[in-house]
Amino acid sequence: MPPLLELEDVHARYGPIKALHGVTLTVDEGQIVTVLGANGAGKTTTLRAVSNTVRRSGVLRFDGRPLGRGGPESVARKGIAHVPDGRGTFSELTVTENLRLGAYTRRGPLKGDLKRVSSYFPWIERRADQEAGTLSGGEQQMLALARAFMQRPRLLLLDEPSLGLAPLVVQEIFRIVKDLNEREGVTVLVTEQNANIALQAAENAYVLEVGRVALSGPSADLQKDESVRKSYLGY
Amino acid sequence: MDVARLPKQLALRVSTAREVGLPAPAPVGLALLAACIFLTVGSLASDTFAEHTVSGLAAGGVYGSLALSLVLIYRATEVINFAQGAMAMFTTYIAWQLLHWGLPYWGAFFATLGIAFFGGITLERVVIRPVEHRSVLTVVVVTIGLVFVIQGVATWIWASDLRGFPSAFPTRPIRVGGVVFSLQDLGTIGVSIGAVVVLWLFFQFTKTGLAMRAAALRPAAARLVGVRVSWMLALGWGLAAVLGAIAGLMIAPTAVSGGIQPTFMDLYLIYAFAAAVLGGIESPAGAVVGGLLLGVLLDLLTTYVNFVTSEIRFSVALGLLLAVLVIRPSGLFGRAAVKRV
Repeated sequence: MPPLLELEDVHARYGPIKALHGVTLTVDEGQIVTVLGANGAGKTTTLRAVSNTVRRSGVLRFDGRPLGRGGPESVARKGIAHVPDGRGTFSELTVTENLRLGAYTRRGPLKGDLKRVSSYFPWIERRADQEAGTLSGGEQQMLALARAFMQRPRLLLLDEPSLGLAPLVVQEIFRIVKDLNEREGVTVLVTEQNANIALQAAENAYVLEVGRVALSGPSADLQKDESVRKSYLGY
Repeated sequence: MDVARLPKQLALRVSTAREVGLPAPAPVGLALLAACIFLTVGSLASDTFAEHTVSGLAAGGVYGSLALSLVLIYRATEVINFAQGAMAMFTTYIAWQLLHWGLPYWGAFFATLGIAFFGGITLERVVIRPVEHRSVLTVVVVTIGLVFVIQGVATWIWASDLRGFPSAFPTRPIRVGGVVFSLQDLGTIGVSIGAVVVLWLFFQFTKTGLAMRAAALRPAAARLVGVRVSWMLALGWGLAAVLGAIAGLMIAPTAVSGGIQPTFMDLYLIYAFAAAVLGGIESPAGAVVGGLLLGVLLDLLTTYVNFVTSEIRFSVALGLLLAVLVIRPSGLFGRAAVKRV
């Protein structure tokens, strides 16, 4: 069986500025894989290369087939949900409307899915008609996860979910990501600066430095690695 | 009372108001309520006042739907579509042609709306799409160019002489107590309000309507959930063209010019601008309310204020437009724009 997602020598640029200098990585179905790195290392750009929201070249395959030139809307239709930096919340719309948008690419009734969503996020039912912009940062991040879940994706791209959130909220979010992965079978590619928590959740990890993969392997090995510990784990 | 806790209580009150979903900030809501009470009391007190309120609402409903068509496109692309009036004029001519060929009124009416819808989509795909990613100014200039092209084509096909246009509703007046209403005015109010309600239902309750709102609010995020944003823009042009067509068809029988001609909508486009700006150019509800207010205001002013004659109505509308831009640029329902630079 081919890996669910393969990137081979992927380059990406913003105008004249190159952000990725040949990134190669694979994500197997059912895994959680994390991409670590400092600011500007190319974590966000790696996810953008997959959803085709940045100018990129190289080989990208999803489920064995090339991702092709279609825009982000066609990538979404293939079963890839991208929760971007800034979470992509429609802050002027209500919580329910955000969830309905998550299911945009799907047909059929949503009742069952909305029920399943509220089993992961019990507060969502109570806030259904609230404008999403009035939620707290943690709630917005959970709403973004819930929205992605409504899409029933095979692959979830998650961009720095811990950004700007309190440690307890971050733990809660990663617990839910793990739940979604184990119970719903969603494969996850998550970028993080918070290497500690990401390595606990993920099976495999890649460390990016200035647009290249500097290090990769099973999370357990990376946790033991001297240079990773010094640079990213801080002990 | 503990003064230190006051701000917290106030903040709480604001947030509950938000959760209930009050549409407008409180002072605006109160002002509108006052306006409604004023109109109701005035109408009960004086028959003339009631008659002019109704005819003002009829004109205002039409300004409102044309204003709404401007707002639809503005919200999605921040472009004022100067061709909206010309498009409405052209579809009115199409209706005229269909009637001339012998179609019954409502047959021609709905056929015209269908043609307007696909015409609007085609215009967007063919003319606007190539400049979609250029600056707003480029697109605006293109829409101004469209005005001349559309008026030119209309003149080429139908010549520029005035043509009478029939009304959907009997011109016969009806009496309620001592008040004389024209059925045409009541019908016009019904059609414009009906169109707005249908549109609102579409945006609120259908998947495509929701996707269109998402595409207008956050195009990048909308694409990530699979919305084909570019097509949503085209769809927006289609719907705007339909609204414009309805406005054109409602105006045509009583147009100031005395019939339809290739420039007959120009004047009404200015009224629609004024209405849209009054309501807040980003706000659909504002466009409708702004239109109704403008219609009633102009009608009552020409009735009760000596120096405001029908010749000067137009200047009054422009004056109002200017006043809103100076005093409250975000309009009645607009949120003050905060731009991060």
